[in-house]
Amino acid sequence: MLHQSDIINRELMKLSNVFSRRNRILLAELVRTDFKLRYQGSALGYVWSILNPLLLFAILYVVFVYFLGIGKGIPHYPVYLLLGIIFWRFFTEATNNGLNAIVARGALIRKIHFPHYIIVVSGTISSLINLSINMLVVLLFIVLNGVQLTWMSLLVIPLILELYAFALALAFFLSAVNVKFRDVGYLWEVFLQAAFYATPIIYPITLVVEKSAIIAKIIILSPVAQVIQDARYVLVTNTAVTPTSLLGHKLIDLIPIAIIVSTIVIAALYFKKKSVRFAEDV
Amino acid sequence: MKNIPDNQTVVSVNHITKSFRIPLDGSMNIKQKIVNVFKGSKGYRVFTPLNDISFDIKEGEFYGIVGRNGSGKSTLLKTMANIYTPEKGSVKVKGLLVPFIELGVGFNPDLTGRENVYLNGALLGFDRYEITAMYEEIVDFAELHDFMEECLKNYSSGMQVRLAFSIAIRARGDILLLDEVLAVGDEAFQRKCYDYFNDLRRNKKTVVLVTHNMGAVETFCTKALFLEDGEIKLVGDPHEVASAYSKSNDKSISLQESLSDNEYEKNRNQNININIVDKNGKTTSKFTAGDTMTVEVSWTNSDVKNIGVAIFKSNGDYVYGTNTYIEKIELSKNKKMSYEVDLNVAEGSYFLKAALFGENDAIRIEFEEHGTGFVVNREKNDYRWGGITKLTSRWRQ
Repeated sequence: MLHQSDIINRELMKLSNVFSRRNRILLAELVRTDFKLRYQGSALGYVWSILNPLLLFAILYVVFVYFLGIGKGIPHYPVYLLLGIIFWRFFTEATNNGLNAIVARGALIRKIHFPHYIIVVSGTISSLINLSINMLVVLLFIVLNGVQLTWMSLLVIPLILELYAFALALAFFLSAVNVKFRDVGYLWEVFLQAAFYATPIIYPITLVVEKSAIIAKIIILSPVAQVIQDARYVLVTNTAVTPTSLLGHKLIDLIPIAIIVSTIVIAALYFKKKSVRFAEDV
Repeated sequence: MKNIPDNQTVVSVNHITKSFRIPLDGSMNIKQKIVNVFKGSKGYRVFTPLNDISFDIKEGEFYGIVGRNGSGKSTLLKTMANIYTPEKGSVKVKGLLVPFIELGVGFNPDLTGRENVYLNGALLGFDRYEITAMYEEIVDFAELHDFMEECLKNYSSGMQVRLAFSIAIRARGDILLLDEVLAVGDEAFQRKCYDYFNDLRRNKKTVVLVTHNMGAVETFCTKALFLEDGEIKLVGDPHEVASAYSKSNDKSISLQESLSDNEYEKNRNQNININIVDKNGKTTSKFTAGDTMTVEVSWTNSDVKNIGVAIFKSNGDYVYGTNTYIEKIELSKNKKMSYEVDLNVAEGSYFLKAALFGENDAIRIEFEEHGTGFVVNREKNDYRWGGITKLTSRWRQ
């Protein structure tokens, strides 16, 4: 007979196992390996993790701001644009790393027993480290552009964690699907391409509002758009449109949160179910 | 074994059944899935490499698992190591179980030898301080001082194995699972492996060894299990298990041979006739170790001045051969000789080939391409001598 307390105890044991010494060592070593291998053989090495988003920023800035004149009315638009690009790049990198994590470490999974989630987490953590480095560049832009920082700017940290939670949940789901259906990698690539344009990164959401207020409201309720707009609001300019300001309701932020939470639940259950057979399927 | 007391059970395998879904066409894309739904095909077949397996391993046992390729050994090992989850049954383990399904798990060719030591060590549960503390020992043992800062991809396979093995033997586990580790490396490396096994045995470590090497089973194991087609054929004394395994291998080899017997018959030389008989003069192909086998050779060619015989194991190993030229034996006038040999050999399948020579054994007249097969059995509990053959030997004080 299993008593309620036994079940709770067992779940607590599992939770403590997540952070057990052995798993921590392994996670740290996998993250370290990812980082070492990332820019191996390139002359500039880690500099690329800063240079890459800066170059992308330069291209987008020239095309969209200089030639097309987008973002005219927004104060500190370069910082505004860079922040969006960096958040988006973090999101794509983390989900892509996660998507390939299980398949890429197939040899390991087939030879040794360890919690499979460690691999997915390690793949996303290196993206998180990259994001932290990039945030230093954003900070530099902020200082150069003379943006006023306030205590409220610190809210960007929970926003980053929110985006990370969403990316991690998707990474879990995608990595498990990818074991059986390798097509998912290509599908995700196309989806990200579409989502890039469906998210107000290079254009201000006000452009969409002018065309269709309903589409703008739907767009801004996607978790990535919400995080980017909220981050711009707390960090760059309070003219940035947020879900609250667009929909005019204080609790509207709960919708993206609800999307994230349900993604986490579905992803966790799916990953747990599928991970039992990873060693034979991968 | 009588010298091992009733220790507690540390690994308990209870009625495990493990099956795999093998995709029918190898492709795993969504299109094929959709096609399969329309065709009503599941898209896979079920393959069951382990069927209702139960056994216990006690503390301090050196437990051998043997079986032919495809018998389910590796699946069993992976299920015990919790890499596979069985459909039915359970594996209970007391203590920390460390598997070595392969040496150098997680080795990355783009990292240096040093970095790989830390990575591989992490997979064994060592943190960086612990690895640093034993780093020198690992490098010493692997004899790779000059190569540690080089990328692993520049290592020879032997160097990689040495490095992996040096790390592996540091593993602190209560139970070690070893799969075919012996199969790799040169002789010096294999000796190191054996030394390690000896240490494990002396220290009363609990070890599970999956191998094809019956010598290792008989030398190290205190108990052994013989797996055939996903089921346990025999559990118990390692000598008995080793001999059962060898026998089953021989059976399958002789089965293959008899299939092509007709073909052999066609090519068989008309000049030589061989008949193998036992001590009662009865034609047979079954002997017990120590029996005397008589080979009756007759031929037709009158140029024949010498004859020779050679005995091979079924795997092609040359066991023994002799001829009348080196032994200075004169042939009989009626073109018929008989040759007696005491079969002081290990049990197994053998075959005998005869040859006809002229004035000396360099002039070959006929040489049998395919031999005559026979089987040597050993009586149960016959341990008057061990090994592949009984050598002429004596003791002195």
